Amino acid sequence: MLDSILFYFFAGVAVLSAALMVTRRNALHSAVCLVSTLLAIAGIFLQLRAEFLFITQIILYVGGIMVLFIFVIMLVRLDAPIHQIRFRMQRFVAFLVVLALALEGVVILLLAHKLPGNGLLIQGSAPADKLPPNSEALAKSLFSDYLLPFEIASVLLLVAMVGAVVMAKSRKRTSES
Amino acid sequence: MMSPAHYLFLSFALFLIGCIGVVTRRNVIVVLMSIELILNAVNINLVLFSRIFGDVSGQVFALFIIADAAAEAAIGLGIIIAFFRNRETLLADEMDLLKW
Repeated sequence: MLDSILFYFFAGVAVLSAALMVTRRNALHSAVCLVSTLLAIAGIFLQLRAEFLFITQIILYVGGIMVLFIFVIMLVRLDAPIHQIRFRMQRFVAFLVVLALALEGVVILLLAHKLPGNGLLIQGSAPADKLPPNSEALAKSLFSDYLLPFEIASVLLLVAMVGAVVMAKSRKRTSES
Repeated sequence: MMSPAHYLFLSFALFLIGCIGVVTRRNVIVVLMSIELILNAVNINLVLFSRIFGDVSGQVFALFIIADAAAEAAIGLGIIIAFFRNRETLLADEMDLLKW
């Protein structure tokens, strides 16, 4: 009972603020709505007993990435191009894409009871108090099975760091040198 | 405990909203934020199946996706700042240098 209340609360907050994020005109309002969505998703992670991802989501996404977004939104003044030329077909194209995706969802919903793995319920998995400690299990898997992807991810982050610095650097200095 | 279908539909709804954001919004920063939303919807799926099968691999992949999202945000925002410096705009409609 408590589980379903929590799920519907977090899911409702996530979907509602995601919809708000897409529809708000002001980019800063969108960013705040996305923060709320990410926090709700962190709650979903906690409900799925992924404690490490829960805290990573809050620290890294909400504390890191979203602060970066808000920083950039405030850095570039968005008030200047307030008049926007509308691409007329845009709504139509968006409607088509949404219709196609929603149709796919309905098809999946209708076929759900025919798919293999039906009746695969969470109740069948281990109860929460029998699970190994989440961070420990994650670290064991990350540093043994997934050691190579882990190293590649570190190289990727290094490249991204250098790339971001190069991209955001002032153009004048490069032409002088 | 909820059934997996609930989580799948939550993930599907968030993915759909993210797609709508990518297609309809003209502000490039909001498009990037919609992409972050799509990545999070995928993460919910990964964590859900990790829980169902009792295997932490899904959570490891979700961790990699978060690292990728951080890299993508850093690069994307760097590109946005460089673009804003050159063209003084953030509208996707104005980025038509390659248009015929």
